[in-house]
Amino acid sequence: MPTCRIGGRPIDVNDEGFLTVYDQWDADLAPVLAGYAGIDELTDEHWKVLRFLRADFPARKETATLRRVATVGGFDMKELFRLFPGKPAKKMSYIAGLPKPKGCV
Amino acid sequence: MRRLVILGGGTAGTMVANKLRAAHPAAELQITVVDRDDEHHYQPGYLFLPFGTYTRDHVVKPRRTHLRPGISLVLAEIERVDADARVVHLADSPNLEYDTLIIATGVQPRPDQTPGADGEGVHHFYDLEHAEQLREALRMFPGGRLVVHITDMPIKCPVAPLEFTFLADAWFRERGTRHKVEIVYVTPLDGAFTKPVASRELGGMFAQRDIAMETDFAVERVDTGARELVSFDDRRVAYDLLVSIPLNMGPEYIARSGLGDELNLVPCDQHTMRSLAHDDIFVLGDGGTLQTSKAGSVAHFAVDVFLENWPHYLAGDPLPHQFDGHANCFIETGHGKGMLLDFNYATQPYTGTFPLPGVGPLALLKENRANHLAKLAFRGIYWEFLLRGRPLPFTADMYLMGKKVEGEASGTSTPDLLKGLVGLGSH
Repeated sequence: MPTCRIGGRPIDVNDEGFLTVYDQWDADLAPVLAGYAGIDELTDEHWKVLRFLRADFPARKETATLRRVATVGGFDMKELFRLFPGKPAKKMSYIAGLPKPKGCV
Repeated sequence: MRRLVILGGGTAGTMVANKLRAAHPAAELQITVVDRDDEHHYQPGYLFLPFGTYTRDHVVKPRRTHLRPGISLVLAEIERVDADARVVHLADSPNLEYDTLIIATGVQPRPDQTPGADGEGVHHFYDLEHAEQLREALRMFPGGRLVVHITDMPIKCPVAPLEFTFLADAWFRERGTRHKVEIVYVTPLDGAFTKPVASRELGGMFAQRDIAMETDFAVERVDTGARELVSFDDRRVAYDLLVSIPLNMGPEYIARSGLGDELNLVPCDQHTMRSLAHDDIFVLGDGGTLQTSKAGSVAHFAVDVFLENWPHYLAGDPLPHQFDGHANCFIETGHGKGMLLDFNYATQPYTGTFPLPGVGPLALLKENRANHLAKLAFRGIYWEFLLRGRPLPFTADMYLMGKKVEGEASGTSTPDLLKGLVGLGSH
């Protein structure tokens, strides 16, 4: 598992760059990760989604899928695609410092 | 006497019922299996119905004749489980009290969850009725654009849509009509499969066969008027013949009982299949949240681990045996060939040979005829050996021997690798 410096501190990531340690993430890191994911500014709307993902993770030990974010978090799916264009599930979990949601096998 | 109630008389429910019946006299353990009907479907056979390889008789047999004597089968709809009172409420049938409950009701295709997906001319092969309808639709198809589409993961047998695509390609070629058919594979994943090496190999096979792929496609609705799939980010894929694998969900009684997540899957431990919420509930088969394939092979391997833990569970001890997520999937690739995937939680599918290193006869992640024959032979093994709880005529363990491990075996620790090499699988 590589370690790299993000936002001026060492962060553990996997081969694809996803953070591997839940507690290494904080709110200051999110805008840096968002920049890497091609999102220039995190708005309140982005933050609502990120907060849901962070809160949902610890009990389940897995990242909420897009469908779970929509049905359990109550977010509009189209809005999620607008906020995190292209690959919303990957982008939102990356910015929230969580593993990529398993598409399952 | 302990009262065991098993909800669902499919692959997992039948296997575990038969094995526990063989292990305990009736005076020790009362076993009741509940299902809504007496038709046991060999679900892997659905794939072959659209191409006329199998008919209904190959895939449907009575449940009752596959359950050992001394197992009672109750045919009723399940209304709800009261997990605190340990009672199953049935429609038009007396309630069943239990000491242990096994949930083995799996997942079902739910086209109603996507607007338009249950409309006219939208096909799938995830139940008997639709697989038979698709056979007619394929026969009548004059040519045009065939779109094979996965709504969302997880689905039962995640390789089945790939297999359908390969078989359709071969079917049109054998009829000399492939030049009139454009085939497009539309997936919510970012490649042909979730695991990197398999995704690369399978993606290459699509390219060889002139099958186009549309990835990262999250479907919002099916526009049956315009004959288009429409995604949440407004991409549109036109079709002339659509095979759309619906969202798979657990049954509604799971939701009514407050036992499930947003897909009515019952959260369970990844290694013991025990419900996270209730110690006396286990989930076997497709109905839980194991992060591995929803497949009969997984059900089989997981049932074996469950049975190893069973005496410890009865004694009230911690459960020492750990399921490793082992899955073993044959993939039909057309023209009488097939390939084999073998993987678990820690190890992705690699190329190589199985079960003997360098010999096979089965080839991992490569097409050959032996794989295809093994897949066809498995139907007989299923009815005669697997369901009846008889020992299989081949090994079920997961080994790394014979596998070409690429780069670092992602997530596989050295102890796991050693365990594989010395032949200590999950059993």
